[in-house]
Amino acid sequence: MRLEARAEVSRALQLAAPLAAIAVTLVVCSLLVAWSGVPVASAYRLLLEGAAGSGFAVSETLTRATPLIITGLAVSVAFRAKLYNIGAEGQLYAGALAAVAVANAGLALPPAIVFPLVLAAAMAAGALLLIGPALLKTRFHVDEVVTTLLVNFIALLFVSMILDGPMKDPTAMGWPQSVAIPEEFELEKLAERSRVHSGLLLAFALAVAVWIVDRFTVFGFEMRAVGANARAAAFAGMPVHAVVLKTALLSGALAGLAGGIEVMGRAGYVTLDMSPGYGYSGIVIAMLAQLNPLGVVAAAIFVAGILVGADSMSRAIAVPTYIADVIVAASLIAMLVATMLARYRIRWR
Amino acid sequence: MANDSISLDLARGEVLALLGENGAGKSTLVSILFGHYVADEGTITAFGEPLPPGDPAAALGAGIGMVHQHFTLADNLTVLDNILIGTEPLWQPFSRRRAARAKVRETAVRFGLAVDTRKKVSDLSVGERQRVEILKALYRGARVLILDEPTAVLTPQESRDLFATLRQLVTEGLSIIFISHKLDEVLVVSDRIAVLRNGRLVALRAAAGATKAELAEQMVGRKVVMPTRKRRALGAPVLELRGIHACDAHGGVLLDGVNVSVRAGEILAIAGVAGNGQHALAQLLSGTLAPARGTLELAGRRLGATPGEWVAARVARIPEDRHAVGVIGDLAVWENAISEHLRSPAFARAGFVRRIASRMHADSIVRRFDVRLSSIDVLARSLSGGNMQKLILGRALSVGAATTPTLIVADQPTWGLDIGALAYVHQCLLNAATAGAAVLLISEDLDEIFALADGIAVMFHGRLSEARPAETWTLAEIGLAMARGAAAASDEVTRAA
Repeated sequence: MRLEARAEVSRALQLAAPLAAIAVTLVVCSLLVAWSGVPVASAYRLLLEGAAGSGFAVSETLTRATPLIITGLAVSVAFRAKLYNIGAEGQLYAGALAAVAVANAGLALPPAIVFPLVLAAAMAAGALLLIGPALLKTRFHVDEVVTTLLVNFIALLFVSMILDGPMKDPTAMGWPQSVAIPEEFELEKLAERSRVHSGLLLAFALAVAVWIVDRFTVFGFEMRAVGANARAAAFAGMPVHAVVLKTALLSGALAGLAGGIEVMGRAGYVTLDMSPGYGYSGIVIAMLAQLNPLGVVAAAIFVAGILVGADSMSRAIAVPTYIADVIVAASLIAMLVATMLARYRIRWR
Repeated sequence: MANDSISLDLARGEVLALLGENGAGKSTLVSILFGHYVADEGTITAFGEPLPPGDPAAALGAGIGMVHQHFTLADNLTVLDNILIGTEPLWQPFSRRRAARAKVRETAVRFGLAVDTRKKVSDLSVGERQRVEILKALYRGARVLILDEPTAVLTPQESRDLFATLRQLVTEGLSIIFISHKLDEVLVVSDRIAVLRNGRLVALRAAAGATKAELAEQMVGRKVVMPTRKRRALGAPVLELRGIHACDAHGGVLLDGVNVSVRAGEILAIAGVAGNGQHALAQLLSGTLAPARGTLELAGRRLGATPGEWVAARVARIPEDRHAVGVIGDLAVWENAISEHLRSPAFARAGFVRRIASRMHADSIVRRFDVRLSSIDVLARSLSGGNMQKLILGRALSVGAATTPTLIVADQPTWGLDIGALAYVHQCLLNAATAGAAVLLISEDLDEIFALADGIAVMFHGRLSEARPAETWTLAEIGLAMARGAAAASDEVTRAA
């Protein structure tokens, strides 16, 4: 068999690909569900109910989706310029820590001024973490996949040190957790008796903003050009290195902001298990969305729904929550295959 | 469809030329013959026996040998090893080299293919490598030899040697299929000519009595008027390079004391075999390579090594590799049309791309330069080579509406283009020169150089010969200068005279 490029990819095919991918994923995963001795239909029904079956379920899914949208955006921006930022996880923690630090600095300024400073600190901390690997990449051709991945460990250990030292909460009975964010910097709840907060609206706004940058600005043009063909971009006169560095600043800032928003909206203080891998899930979400900023919103809600739904399903019946990870992973693979099949057809000979 | 019900026969002892433009189906046809592809319909018979489809080993066994355009030799092995690879059974413990060497030598003498079998392939010239490829096919008992664009990589002298070899092979009873899109050499070398167009056989005729114009028309499907050069008044020098040295990232010398002067309205051609520094010269004049020493002035002004400065100074740059450097394949055609002008207020305002202005600009390029496409929103990678080159040309030549560029740097502008697109590119360059642009043309194609150039200089090992008017060069002298440097060539010509 061999692959043959389709002359033209129709809109319908492009839209059908993700749906087909999700269908295939559910079929494949139903084998695992059946294997654990549970009726497949009721397991999926429970999963769906857990994710979207009630107002509370929806609010939980959206709460979970908030940091995922922002890390997904961070990754999609970077990948678009072929800057493979695997370090969103570390950048997220750095952002969370910086937000708590600035919020607790006791600045003698009105909260309306400190509030944006808190967000800016989160963004600066995330950007700072990515600028090193980006400089190493542009100056010395050091592979950023390796450096950003390794910086994650450094960042987490640094956070751990801070949580056991200077920023340790004295009232936490010895648990390594930071002092809490002051009440005036907590993000407003969007609904009674739910955890969904105004960070969600910010995430939506960011998605639209990134989409505008990507599609309509010179910087977005340069980002896409450098990612698609750096040699040709350089020939056309684009400052390739500067574009990569600016992209790194933007991507790192977004990932840092995800941490800041998470600590201000949901967690209240930094712990070492504040993020169940939001940074890494951001990579999956960006790929699922094919790096489209608006697609990131849908992909993040999908992944959040699977995670929340699987939690609730495993509480009701004997299917381990790991099924969520399997579904997310399988959907990514199915999505990659589906997008490939949308562009190529298989010829058997 | 790549091939549409083609019937061909090949007689013993003849050279059959397959003539056609890029994409006409020449390569598909011989790939079917050699067993790389399987035809949907039809049969192949070799020496009275049917040939099983899709089986290269069977084709080899039936005496069909192929010499690819890109050689399939291992550089680090000797000539003898390269010829023997794959001919000896794997379980045979020792190579029977003595007998093999004798047989290779005997074959070489019989067909006039002198090559030292003990040399490593990496030490051979391109012409010698091609002889090894032919020898390899003959050693395996080829009686039908397929040569795919064999002269594309050769100097004129090497091409002549090849044609002599082919004549000798034919007198020894071999049959040859010669694939080419160059009309001159097809007329020189072949007995019969098969012309392919859009996958169909449009003509099968004797070479004797055929003319270039007829063949060109059959190949393209319409009359092709090749533009001709007219005498032009030359203006003041526009580009001046003095004592330019340039090195690669590892300190290897690319350019060694190069002097160039191009006047307004002049087309200066740089001839040379690939890899002698022409590419570095083109990069230097595109703003992507900085000279290590020497001065570089455009219209009396020194320019730095950033593409932006060169574009701003109205230099139209046509890079050698249109896919990897000329366009960004994954961006739309309209985006590629403005990619050089993102800093210009005509196409960007307050950090935003002016989409309407940009798309209008792209539209006008597409119309003025006859780029064939369904929409300016398609990805640039979907364009054919000719249309891609027209897009690049259009982008480079439409700097600032109606003004002509100061300088055009065209690096292999017609490489791989079919004759229609080639004529178009030539016409554009001639028009620009007539309008007063200085043109620096880098080319390996001597036909192109003689068709366009006012002055010619030859590049060899990073050094550039003195530029002389095109009329004072002979084909033989340029060929020698390309192969051995200009000084050696003029010595040799003097001695011969």
